[in-house]
Amino acid sequence: MTAVTPAPLSTATAPAAASAGAAPPSRSGGRSRLRTMAGFAFGAALLFAVAPLLLSDFRLALLAKYLCVAMVAVGIGIAWGRGGMLTLGQGVFFGLGGYAMAMHLKLADAGPGGMPDFMQLYGQLDELPLWWRPFASPWFALPATVLLPMAVAFGLGSLVFRRRVRGAYFAILSQALAAAMVILLIGQQGTTGGTNGLTDIKGFFGYDLDDPVNQRMVYFIIAGVLLALLALTRQLIQSRYGELLVAVRDGEERVRFLGYDPASVKLVAYVVAAGMAGLAGALFVPAVGIISPALIGIVPSIEFVIGVAVGGRATLLGPVLGAVAVAWARTALSERFPGTWTYLQGLLFVVVVAFLPGGLASLWALARRRDVGAQPARRGWSPLGRRRVERTEAA
Amino acid sequence: MSGELLDGLSVRDVRVSFDGFTAVDGVSLEVPAGDIRFLIGPNGAGKTTLVDAITGLVRATGSVRFGDQELLGRPVHRISRLGIGRTFQTSTIFEELSVVQNLDIAAGARRGWVTLARRRRGIPDEVAAALETIGLTGRADQLAGTLAHGQKQWLEIGMLLVQDARLLLLDEPVAGMSHEERDATGALLETVSRDRTVVVIEHDMDFLRRFARSVTVLHAGRVLSEGTVAQVQADPRVQEVYLGHPVAAGSAPSGLEA
Repeated sequence: MTAVTPAPLSTATAPAAASAGAAPPSRSGGRSRLRTMAGFAFGAALLFAVAPLLLSDFRLALLAKYLCVAMVAVGIGIAWGRGGMLTLGQGVFFGLGGYAMAMHLKLADAGPGGMPDFMQLYGQLDELPLWWRPFASPWFALPATVLLPMAVAFGLGSLVFRRRVRGAYFAILSQALAAAMVILLIGQQGTTGGTNGLTDIKGFFGYDLDDPVNQRMVYFIIAGVLLALLALTRQLIQSRYGELLVAVRDGEERVRFLGYDPASVKLVAYVVAAGMAGLAGALFVPAVGIISPALIGIVPSIEFVIGVAVGGRATLLGPVLGAVAVAWARTALSERFPGTWTYLQGLLFVVVVAFLPGGLASLWALARRRDVGAQPARRGWSPLGRRRVERTEAA
Repeated sequence: MSGELLDGLSVRDVRVSFDGFTAVDGVSLEVPAGDIRFLIGPNGAGKTTLVDAITGLVRATGSVRFGDQELLGRPVHRISRLGIGRTFQTSTIFEELSVVQNLDIAAGARRGWVTLARRRRGIPDEVAAALETIGLTGRADQLAGTLAHGQKQWLEIGMLLVQDARLLLLDEPVAGMSHEERDATGALLETVSRDRTVVVIEHDMDFLRRFARSVTVLHAGRVLSEGTVAQVQADPRVQEVYLGHPVAAGSAPSGLEA
């Protein structure tokens, strides 16, 4: 084979530092792995040692709640940041996981043969509805917190992606699903607790949730699960599948011409994100003691996405840090200036989307690039170019 | 690859209509195995639409066979897996991925989920070979978006090579290229046509004269003329379409620079 001689370059193409977002830092093998291990160790130390030492029980419980939101964010980072699917309805999967867990805990609280308190109150039911019964068994309920959302995502995704629904249409569709789920829950007050949701959950597999020690245990479980999900996500992002997913995000048609079915590629990311949201919902219940329609509807679904956008959707840690930061800011600001948070949140979202599409993570990448030396500023400031943002936001 | 039998492309009476407008109106053509066929014609002649029909992007009636496989009626990704690869007028590489990542993805449509779930270690052989062929070995880890225009086009062709495409449909591969880049692209086409069939849509007549082995002229959705470069250039109907009036026999055929 004769090699074609590359023509002299007319444009400046200095070897670009692998951009933090899109192209995973490549092949420097051992060192990159070492750095990752160090990163995970640091995160573990922070979550398992520093936070419990510094924070009061009240604040630690809040952090547990934020970390649940962060798990949803990790999933959104995969589906939206990597796969280009703006999922405005993750509350549905969060809710499915949360309700599955809460149903089990309510039944466990009620004891064998017992019925949850609210059913007698609103439903005037004499016996447990059929679809509640399997949730009495932890062997059904626990897997269901993850598998149920994944199954729903699979069914929905199969329909939607094969019909090539994408962009804003997909976002609106997923949001409508969140609205539908809330309406369904509220309408079935006798069996779902309606607007109140499933409240007043006392025990968690035999442990009393009012005991601060047990609350700490729940926090540690949540922190551990979050780290595990991050490890899983890192593997996903750096795998061949992760590269393929970015390719589908940036050129779905082109991928089709390479012989892939983009629908399957997107479906996997969507289902994984749903599973993570379900797990988050399941762990949210013992951490907070309640799951209700107000926690899983349109507004919380959008709030999940805002955290991801602020942190940097295409990065591994951006969604986590963004979600925790936004949730933290919300609590802090609501304590001081009640009523203004909603406006601030809207403003934050607009500013990030308009001026920092790569999120706060892109600031870090930018700073690092500045350190390395003078790089052409043409596309250096963000792992996601402007073009891409237009496509995912407005397409 | 070399062990495989070369296949030719056979297009029979293909029609494509959009809302009553017939873009391709009963085109038939045979591209023998190993040919470098150029498709030319004025804007709106139906060249790109014909390629769209072959690759499953638009619905068409008639028959398109590659080897012994009928292509019409199959979804895009299945047609691709039968060994049909194409490029587009605009560059469609994945700009946020590196050159190697682009090629690796193109090579991977037959990979199982287990392989997909793992990280890529090193550069697969077929990707290394393609890098060598398209002359981008030195830029393997560069982000594709930072390549020069010509290099992007070569990367597109490289992606078709690792994809194991045995029929290459290239839509204006040398548009916007410098002279050196055109020469390199032409040499690349000759290299890849050794064990593949190549169809090129092109407006650049100089490029056509140098590298076409055969030419089909489309006009208003129909085949106007077909043959070698010299035959087509001498065809008065072709001259009329390109120049707007019949040309006296014997006058310079260089008027094809439409």
